[in-house]
Amino acid sequence: MDMKVAKKKLGLKEKYKLMTRDLGWDTTYQTKEDVFPYVGYEGIKIHDWEKWEDPFRLTMDAYWKYQAEKERKFYAIIDAHAQNNGHLNLTDARYLSALKIFLQAISPGEYAAHKGFARVGREFPGVGTQVACQMQAIDEIRHAQTQIHAMSNYNRYYNGFHAFADTRDRIWYTSVARSFFDDAMSAGPFEFMIAIGFSFEYVLTNLLFVPFMSGAAYNGDMATVTFGFSAQSDEARHMTLGLECIKFMLEQDPDNLPIVQNWIDKWFWRGFRVLGLVSTMMDYMLPKRVMSWREAWDIYGVENGGALFKDLARYGIKPPKGWDDAEKAIDHMSHQFMLGLYQWSFGTAFHSWIPSEDDMNWLSAKYPDTFDKYYRPRWKHIKKLADAGTPFKNYGLAKLCQCCQLPTVFTEPDDPTLTCHRESVYNGQKYHFCSDGCKNVFDNEPEKYVQAWLPMPQLFQEPINGDLGAWMEWVSLRDGKDNGDYAGSEDQQNFEAWRGLATTNQ
Amino acid sequence: MTVAAIREYIGVPRDSVENFGGKQIVYASWDRHLLFAAPFLLCLPPETRFRDLVEGPLTALVQADPDAAALDWTKVEWLKDNQPWTPDFDASLADNGIGHKDQLRFRTAGLNSLSAAA
Repeated sequence: MDMKVAKKKLGLKEKYKLMTRDLGWDTTYQTKEDVFPYVGYEGIKIHDWEKWEDPFRLTMDAYWKYQAEKERKFYAIIDAHAQNNGHLNLTDARYLSALKIFLQAISPGEYAAHKGFARVGREFPGVGTQVACQMQAIDEIRHAQTQIHAMSNYNRYYNGFHAFADTRDRIWYTSVARSFFDDAMSAGPFEFMIAIGFSFEYVLTNLLFVPFMSGAAYNGDMATVTFGFSAQSDEARHMTLGLECIKFMLEQDPDNLPIVQNWIDKWFWRGFRVLGLVSTMMDYMLPKRVMSWREAWDIYGVENGGALFKDLARYGIKPPKGWDDAEKAIDHMSHQFMLGLYQWSFGTAFHSWIPSEDDMNWLSAKYPDTFDKYYRPRWKHIKKLADAGTPFKNYGLAKLCQCCQLPTVFTEPDDPTLTCHRESVYNGQKYHFCSDGCKNVFDNEPEKYVQAWLPMPQLFQEPINGDLGAWMEWVSLRDGKDNGDYAGSEDQQNFEAWRGLATTNQ
Repeated sequence: MTVAAIREYIGVPRDSVENFGGKQIVYASWDRHLLFAAPFLLCLPPETRFRDLVEGPLTALVQADPDAAALDWTKVEWLKDNQPWTPDFDASLADNGIGHKDQLRFRTAGLNSLSAAA
């Protein structure tokens, strides 16, 4: 008689090994170089891929089980939010401008990160690396989708949500985030890992997620808070992967150090510029603010970032080149950027507004050295123009930076009253920049950045030829609905009317 | 190589002058007048007289600034490519040597209602 033998259950470590490392084999029909053709040209030297430690040892079956549970909870809350008119629990519909920017500029970035990680998961030869990158690719596409689902409820009631894909591709301010991700995706696999895995996920992610997720919590947006909780455990994994990757490169060969340092300099600055949008949301767009951009920078930039670079100093890594210029910009950037958004608000698929007296007092308390001296006088003048019935609209359009693609709104690091003018000539053509940081990125690889599709100059080319109305149609911007001042907008009127129905007997 | 690439790679600029239908881009900005958040982007034929650029679009664009009424174009100090420069108001942009995507700056010492001293 056959005896039934109980199958031995595999331990986690054993299971991981079977499902990942043992899937790797040495190629025989093709050379390793032909199978992994992109892993050498950046100059990074790797001697032993086995040294790559995957800190999570996650396998597919565990991944799906865990994620499915999280998403069941997520969608249950999203449904409840929709059924109970969750949008009327917001502090104020001004809050939605932050969400609109997130949907138009950042959620597409999650999707771009998915494509990038799927690609580098194929391009790296090490199996541990491949598996970790593929897991992150799946995380990123989930994040893109769940963010879109979380925010889609608002599209039923408010303007500016209806065409985020067109906005992503065509409108001017989204090109800042888009060019960041396009730059990373058109780089080699190692640079991609520094750009997204390290710079974005590790150094900058807190500065992005705190304003959005805490901002959502402070302002009554349950849908976005729920997304934030769902994504949080993934983000912890992404940060660890980014850090693991940079340490792996630095431990494999001393020649890798200058290459890695150059990427850290570049991607810190590019990331810092993307955060320009975030600083404005924190200081101006959240009706109930979490903390000022300056306070967030002190905690997540100076303290956490400082500790990280101290830790990496043993490999010879120095803090990013643009660090001091960044510090000098912190007390100015949100104001400089909001002033721009307001005067160009005829061309934005979200609303901006003149800060109220209370808001300005908050800003001057948070920015005692800069707000009253430099920015309050401009807002007061703008308020005067609006009160006189001649609201300030700057139809001059803007000079954009060839690298970060932001309007060149920033001032000299040591003179906040003078616009920073930088230019380079390459192959007989002139290119302009917002800062030394962006000029350095261009000067290192001009052949890449001459191709930048800058939305403002493009507006004067075929097929738009400078016609602002045709441009609005092309970017799916509905004039008088999606754009302009929040005061008097449909969003404001509707929110106040609906909230009135919910909270009064009128 | 001027780009990290697996083989020789040539980028094609997206905003060469040929793409603007006979016009060119000119950037202009008023130093220390930051009510205007960034330099203005103007798209004009190179035959435009400098005077027409100044008295046309540029004058119109700066009206929102409280110093606009006191702006005397004959007393303005100019910079081109960030260097001091003197324009000929009755010559064209081309004859003034203003190329595609050149940045013009103008300064008005003493006029700075909205700007604190640095």
